[in-house]
Amino acid sequence: MKIDKNTINKIARLSRIKLDDKESEDYIKDLNSILDWVEQLNEVNTENVEPLSNISSSILPKREDVSNDTNSSEEILENAPDKLEGFFAVPKVVE
Amino acid sequence: MNNLIKGEKHDWEMVIGLEIHAQVKSNSKLFSSSSTKFGSSPNSQVSLVDAAMPGMLPVINKYCVEQAVKTGVGLNAKINNYSVFDRKNYFYADLPQGYQISQYKYPIVGEGKVTIDFKDGTSKDIRIVRLHLEQDAGKSLHDQNPSKTYVDLNRSGVALMEIVSEPDIRTPDEAGMYISKIRSILMYLDTCDGNMQEGSLRADVNISVRKPGDEYGTRCEIKNLNSIKFIKQAINYEAKRQIEILESGGSIEQNTMLFNTSTGKTRPMRNKEEAHDYRYFPDPDLLPLKISKEEIGKIKSSIPELPDELKNKFIETYKLSNYDASVLTAEKQTSDYFNETINSDSELKNHAKIVVNWITSELFSLLNKNNQDLINSPVSPENLGQLIKLISTNEISGKIAKDVLEEMFSSGKTARKIVDEKGLQQVTDQGEIAKVIDEVIAENPKMVEQYLAGKDKLLGFFVGQAMKLTKGKANPKMLNDILKQKLNKKN
Repeated sequence: MKIDKNTINKIARLSRIKLDDKESEDYIKDLNSILDWVEQLNEVNTENVEPLSNISSSILPKREDVSNDTNSSEEILENAPDKLEGFFAVPKVVE
Repeated sequence: MNNLIKGEKHDWEMVIGLEIHAQVKSNSKLFSSSSTKFGSSPNSQVSLVDAAMPGMLPVINKYCVEQAVKTGVGLNAKINNYSVFDRKNYFYADLPQGYQISQYKYPIVGEGKVTIDFKDGTSKDIRIVRLHLEQDAGKSLHDQNPSKTYVDLNRSGVALMEIVSEPDIRTPDEAGMYISKIRSILMYLDTCDGNMQEGSLRADVNISVRKPGDEYGTRCEIKNLNSIKFIKQAINYEAKRQIEILESGGSIEQNTMLFNTSTGKTRPMRNKEEAHDYRYFPDPDLLPLKISKEEIGKIKSSIPELPDELKNKFIETYKLSNYDASVLTAEKQTSDYFNETINSDSELKNHAKIVVNWITSELFSLLNKNNQDLINSPVSPENLGQLIKLISTNEISGKIAKDVLEEMFSSGKTARKIVDEKGLQQVTDQGEIAKVIDEVIAENPKMVEQYLAGKDKLLGFFVGQAMKLTKGKANPKMLNDILKQKLNKKN
């Protein structure tokens, strides 16, 4: 797999990162060398091996269904750049 | 049954699949301890996990997992001992994490099926592809301010079960029946409150059209419909739109649509190709979810009687039709009410069909008219049972019983009391009825002549007159029989 200009632009757009031409070139180089390195893994035969989603052998810890009834509004909105009557206010998102 | 839409050149068939989002009826969220209560003030139920503060880690709610398994069993589906949580990545203002924790490749529940029942007595299976657990997003308000969107994160992180069907649905009605059936199963299981208005149950509809027998056409997805009426409307509009495009030589572009509830129209939401690159990958914060056979067995044994089992029991015990039984079992409160009514008197078991009719037509229409729910019905099952017994023992006529029910509904009195107070007992004394008929015949000699000359329709007139004289209390069957007898004697 090779990363080209189109791919890098797409990744940048999906990540909401703006890249100039120089940066794109750099990232194409970097990402390609990472991919080349990882691609060595293709030499291993993984036929009939299920993909591993976690290397830990411990069991997923679970909670009881108990809710805490604290009002979080003030704390949650503390860092909000803009708010109104308990809501976060963000630039208009129109669909 | 004809499920096709007439086109200009040939008929078209709709192919429909539903993704239903059902909110798990839990106290706290899927991965945090914030409350799930509906209608609280904005951002009051948001933990640091829900707001995606750096360093916060999700811990799964055991109860939500059990509810998903329970629902899977109710959908006759395979429960997976091993499932994985993935991150579904996208940017939106009401999604603080920048990804939704969902299940992609390894859902908690696999293939299943539900059955829908038609009025004509036939039924159809709709196959389920999967059910998986995922987080809900927050809520955005777009229409409060011209330049701002307001965000409330109370819903952020609430547990949802997404139930995905195969494209087995062919008409808007089937889609409505399917979601009603899912809702009914969820409510019997008590895993979701089924409240569509509050958004606890909502659906995305995938729809395409094709010439019958052809391959599936390109589909569009209509997002976020929260009533059965809107689902049907949206499907009808979207199918028509697609057929118009295809018939004028165009092709359908795969798209995500929004349905405008005030205009009844669908419109494209965003470019799907770009928006749908979700880059799923296993969430490194969560270990795979393993459920043992013992745990599944324990949940299975806790499952109450489900609508289909109850339906079959009703058909067998009371010889009801498939359709009647499915109407009774569609909502748990209806089947409970029926059970209590029919068990209130041993006699009633032989009149099950009458009991069904009195509940599903007479009582339901009174409840509807008064905007009330069966659960708060002013007429208790015992009292309705008493009324039906008065009908089945011929003490009052069905016609008078309707008036009695109305009075029971408004005054809360028992049927017995109303009948006694007003002297509504049916007249079943042969002599008394005969006397009234003689009177009617004597008063209308011309009509009798016409009747005898062959104008059979006049029988109704005589019945009406006699009923009037007895204030509607004459036993209709006896009245008819004696009347015919007497008139024919004149011949």
